[in-house]
Amino acid sequence: MALIDVGGQRGNPTLSDWFERWHIDSWTLSLLLILSGFGMVMLYSASGHDLGAVSAQAKRLGLGFVLMILVAQAPPEWYRSGAGWLYGGTVLMLVLVLLLGDSAKGAQRWLDFGVMRFQPSELMKLAMPLAIAAYLHQRTLPPQIGSMLVSIVLIAVPTGLVMVQPDLGTSLLVVAAGGFALFFAGLRWRWILGAIAAVAATAPFLWMRLHDYQRGRILTLFNPERDPLGAGYHITQSKIAIGSGGTFGKGWLEGTQAKLDFLPEANTDFIFAVIAEELGLIGVVLLLLVYLAIVARGLLIALRAQDTFQRLLAAALTLKFFVYVFINIGMVIGLLPVVGVPLPLISYGGTSAVSLLVGFGMLMSIQTNRKLLAN
Amino acid sequence: MTKSPLKKRAKASNRTIVPVGPKPVGAWRGRFILIGFAVLAALSVSRAFHLQVIERDFLRSEGDKRQVRNLTIPGHRGAILDRNGEPLALSAPVSSVWVVPDAVLADPESVKRLAEGLGRAPSELQTFLAARKGRQFVYLREQISPHEARRLLDLKVPGVFSESDFARYYPAGEVAAQVVGFAGRDGIGLEGMEKAQEARLSGTAGNRRVIRDRSGRVIEDGGEFTPAVAGESLNLSLDLRVQYLAYRELAAAVAKTEAKGGLVVIANAQTGEILAMAAQPGFNPNNGDARGFAAGIRNRAVVDGFEPGSTIKPLLVAQALELGLYNTQSIIDVTGGTLQVGRLTVRDIARRGEIDLATLLAVSSNVGAAKIALAMGAENVWAGYQRFGLGEPVFSGFPGEALPVLRHFTDWGQIATATASYGYGVSVNALHMVRAYAALANDGMMPQLTLFSDGLRAPPQRAVSPATARQVREMLEQVVAEGGTGKRARVEGYRVAGKSGTARKVAATGGYSANKHQAIFIGMVPVERPRLVGIVMIDEPKGQYYGGQVAAPVFSEVMQGAARLLQIAPDAQPVQPQMIESAALPSSGVTRR
Repeated sequence: MALIDVGGQRGNPTLSDWFERWHIDSWTLSLLLILSGFGMVMLYSASGHDLGAVSAQAKRLGLGFVLMILVAQAPPEWYRSGAGWLYGGTVLMLVLVLLLGDSAKGAQRWLDFGVMRFQPSELMKLAMPLAIAAYLHQRTLPPQIGSMLVSIVLIAVPTGLVMVQPDLGTSLLVVAAGGFALFFAGLRWRWILGAIAAVAATAPFLWMRLHDYQRGRILTLFNPERDPLGAGYHITQSKIAIGSGGTFGKGWLEGTQAKLDFLPEANTDFIFAVIAEELGLIGVVLLLLVYLAIVARGLLIALRAQDTFQRLLAAALTLKFFVYVFINIGMVIGLLPVVGVPLPLISYGGTSAVSLLVGFGMLMSIQTNRKLLAN
Repeated sequence: MTKSPLKKRAKASNRTIVPVGPKPVGAWRGRFILIGFAVLAALSVSRAFHLQVIERDFLRSEGDKRQVRNLTIPGHRGAILDRNGEPLALSAPVSSVWVVPDAVLADPESVKRLAEGLGRAPSELQTFLAARKGRQFVYLREQISPHEARRLLDLKVPGVFSESDFARYYPAGEVAAQVVGFAGRDGIGLEGMEKAQEARLSGTAGNRRVIRDRSGRVIEDGGEFTPAVAGESLNLSLDLRVQYLAYRELAAAVAKTEAKGGLVVIANAQTGEILAMAAQPGFNPNNGDARGFAAGIRNRAVVDGFEPGSTIKPLLVAQALELGLYNTQSIIDVTGGTLQVGRLTVRDIARRGEIDLATLLAVSSNVGAAKIALAMGAENVWAGYQRFGLGEPVFSGFPGEALPVLRHFTDWGQIATATASYGYGVSVNALHMVRAYAALANDGMMPQLTLFSDGLRAPPQRAVSPATARQVREMLEQVVAEGGTGKRARVEGYRVAGKSGTARKVAATGGYSANKHQAIFIGMVPVERPRLVGIVMIDEPKGQYYGGQVAAPVFSEVMQGAARLLQIAPDAQPVQPQMIESAALPSSGVTRR
């Protein structure tokens, strides 16, 4: 086996040659595949042995991976030039959603295009980092007060539009996506502290503006027993599921909280609780390690990126991904209030998976379109 | 083989990558973010650790509280059977379907489907449920077949549940209703034997640990299992065939005489087992809640006391014979048909002159009985009645027995002694009289009466000598003979002995009622060696009211059927005596004396 390495350079393409040619980052791809495969295995259990759900999810993920690879083919400059249009179009759609969108579970989030229903807020999770990165790319860094204010407006408008749908979880992600781009652009600490102070100052006002159910969720976080059958129901059942898992879990397909219908949204937002119940603390730690590996890879890509736009975009996409994970897990284990954020690439549902994978396509494009100087 | 991607990768990483473009702004920002993320990840893990390791047991038990249920498995209630194993009361598995109205109302489609399953209009169900909004438990269908309940549950309408139970059925219906009694919907005996034998009949509920989902459906067995223990079945001494005869004839007679009620008891004279115990009016124990208020619930044969009237005279005569103060040849002068005892005038219905004891019983002379009683003295009369158990409870096994009232002789004056001789001033229940006559039937040995065909019983007690018993029996045969007051009690093919009685009822105003009577006949079949002893009492018949007229025919009909059913050998003079070998004839001496 240990023969002389002759194949690669003799014209016979190897797998990694093939990856390079198609602008695929093999690390990212492997980690994403592991995650998606694991997600489908868990989905089978969480959905109550529903192979139909698993295959539907497999199709969506397949579509996502195809789109990811397609997106990876485009050089990063294309995104930069298209960022403004995408951003503007998405904001327009968000306005349309408010005017004539479909309602689901009491919130207006969907646009119906006849052939498919579409959530513009999901697209905004991509458009936002693109727009901020593209905007700041042309400015001097660290951003001056003028470009910073423009960025804040760029972030605030769509965030507001998503918030009034109302979709607290997505608006948090939109803020995070834009905010991280701004942060990595070199936002001054005093301004960051100032922003934090401003948020703290306006918190009471924001609190008044929140919907009753949103307020209930936040109060419930601190005291789930406040309303164990209402707002506290999710978190109570979720805690029971996680706790029942113990160190090693009850075993795959052996979880009872979800199977017996006690755990709500077991195959979507609360699938982490199913994982924790069936695979235990070990499974939780391993899953977190996979997520952290993806984030680490993303940050590495950001650090190696060759211009401001690419670096900011890569960092924003990666950090948004982490925020995604943390908000979901934090909510399921009772660290954060319940907001509707799925566990990336594992929760049942297509839109978020597809938009995340498209984001990773951009990361791959950034990684594989570097102009390398061979030594 | 040689084109290992790993090798290739190793090669590629040897290249030095020099990023073109600006240096990243402040590497510390990246580090800051990384540290921040590490902190958040650590926070998540520590929270998971807290839940999964530290609070694990608590949270598991919380989960179990929601998922694991102990189901109570009702114990099968024992059956009540007659002596031949015919069922009188049976438990069959049933289900009740209940709903949580709000859960059903939440979806109009649910209401529609459920209404279809019930075969009702959706609007009707809607109204029914809306009126019970907010309640957590509303019966939709009670005690239906498990199959029917399954069908409703299979509609998969949220908020519809079922519970399993047993329903009690009484195949004999009214026929043995008062004896068997009934159990309530909770399966606890409320009346009759169902109540008296609750401890024996009731099963012990079992337990099953199951896993249930949020809708309460049982998903799987939890392993732990305590089986339910079925109650014991109970064999009564009743013979349903004889019981049916008694019921039918009594009901017919009560209807015909427009009486207020009546009772029949038939017992095995030798063993004391009660073969039939019927009462009118009756009730249908299968008839749900209405039965609890039915007038016919009372088992008159046990719980009603009455004055035995003339039917007590054979006991008086037996005592007189036993004491040797009289014998079968003794003559009593009842000329005039009246006897003045203090301010009491004892009257006879039929006037006679000098009569023997057999005639005294045959014509039921009150004067004659009073004269014997006065001659014997209060103590002897009282002692005689005591011998026949008139002062002690019967303890047949049926609850709520009417206790006898037989005052101590020291309280008796002349009048009380005289009236006691023909059955007034003494109160007993029907079983007392059956037991006393059983002693006469059983050659003086008085059996313990019972309603059970098993279990321990007190041995028979001697009441009078065999000779006395036989003598009285032969006298009582005269009662049923042509010219006797009980001739309508005759049973074809059998020699019958018995005594009629007609007691005026105690009026509500005090004293005795002029027009309310109890017509009684007590007798035994066949005389040579009686197998059956029975009492018939008709309460307040209209028109004819003498025991010999009203009660005796019922006795005749019931005994006729019972003797045939029980295959009792006929003992009357065969119509064609030459057909029977003389050696096979019962020992003579029957007509001796």
